[in-house]
Amino acid sequence: MKFGVVVFPGSNCDVDVYYLLRDVLEGDVEYIWHKESELHRFDAIILPGGFSYGDYLRPGAIARFSPVMQSLQDFVEKGKLVLGICNGFQILAEAEMLPGAFCRNTHLQFRCSYVYLKVENTNLPFTREVGTGQLLQMPVANADGNYYVDEVQLKNMHQNGQVVFRYVDKWGENSPAANPSGALANIAGVCNKRGNVLGMMPHPERAADTLLGSEDGLLIFDSMLKYLAAGKG
Amino acid sequence: MRWKARVEITLKKVINDPQGATVENALNTMDYKSVERVRVGKYLELYLAGLSEYEAGHQVEEMCQKLLANPVIEEYSFTLEPLVENKITE
Repeated sequence: MKFGVVVFPGSNCDVDVYYLLRDVLEGDVEYIWHKESELHRFDAIILPGGFSYGDYLRPGAIARFSPVMQSLQDFVEKGKLVLGICNGFQILAEAEMLPGAFCRNTHLQFRCSYVYLKVENTNLPFTREVGTGQLLQMPVANADGNYYVDEVQLKNMHQNGQVVFRYVDKWGENSPAANPSGALANIAGVCNKRGNVLGMMPHPERAADTLLGSEDGLLIFDSMLKYLAAGKG
Repeated sequence: MRWKARVEITLKKVINDPQGATVENALNTMDYKSVERVRVGKYLELYLAGLSEYEAGHQVEEMCQKLLANPVIEEYSFTLEPLVENKITE
């Protein structure tokens, strides 16, 4: 099974994701320059974090018009897996492949810190290896992680199990203090209705080695690998 | 015809605007007690050539919908002003 890591001008977590997939998980992975549009050889594609196009206008607003994004739409329609991390999530939201949008963090700061995540849907190709009630610890690093979606859509998302991760405290409680950005309903990650596109603001690739403080991020990639190995991709 | 479009983009009223709130607080602290509310937005100038007024308006509208504003969180408005041929005014 083959992973692709999309590189936009301004992506800066692409190397971390590539390293994780190739060196830590010993997987087959290739970079995809954003001008490329041939994606047939991939089983899963990751849109990494960073500041594509300098975050000009809005984070992800310009990157969503890169040629690769058009092909990604077809890729998603085939049921293949797409994971957007941080700026990757912002790009997927701008491209309307995921619901919602991002505003500046309520405290107006760039926030780089470890957070706890509660996994609300463990039936996804991205979360199936997460134990029931298990909290994940990994870092966020953003200035525009303040997720917003209107009430009607939020209700639909809850019904469809599309709210995947929430910021919680270390006891698993959904509190304002645990929310690093002011995100609506402490939302840290969402998926599409079909469950094959996931966006998350925290960085699982930065929590994939005990030397870095946590390996909880590995669960996301392990889940994807096992899902694909089971031939469901 | 050449046109200058002035596009204003603001956050929808239901969206929290922490930058606006911070500026509002600063102005109040500076004793401008008259300031009831501040909203921070974006302003863009677009210079267009070779279009009728109708076409220019139509295109700017489309640009706002596709790229310049995000309809989930933002609202936009714009005005068009004719420019003297071959001269871009500030």
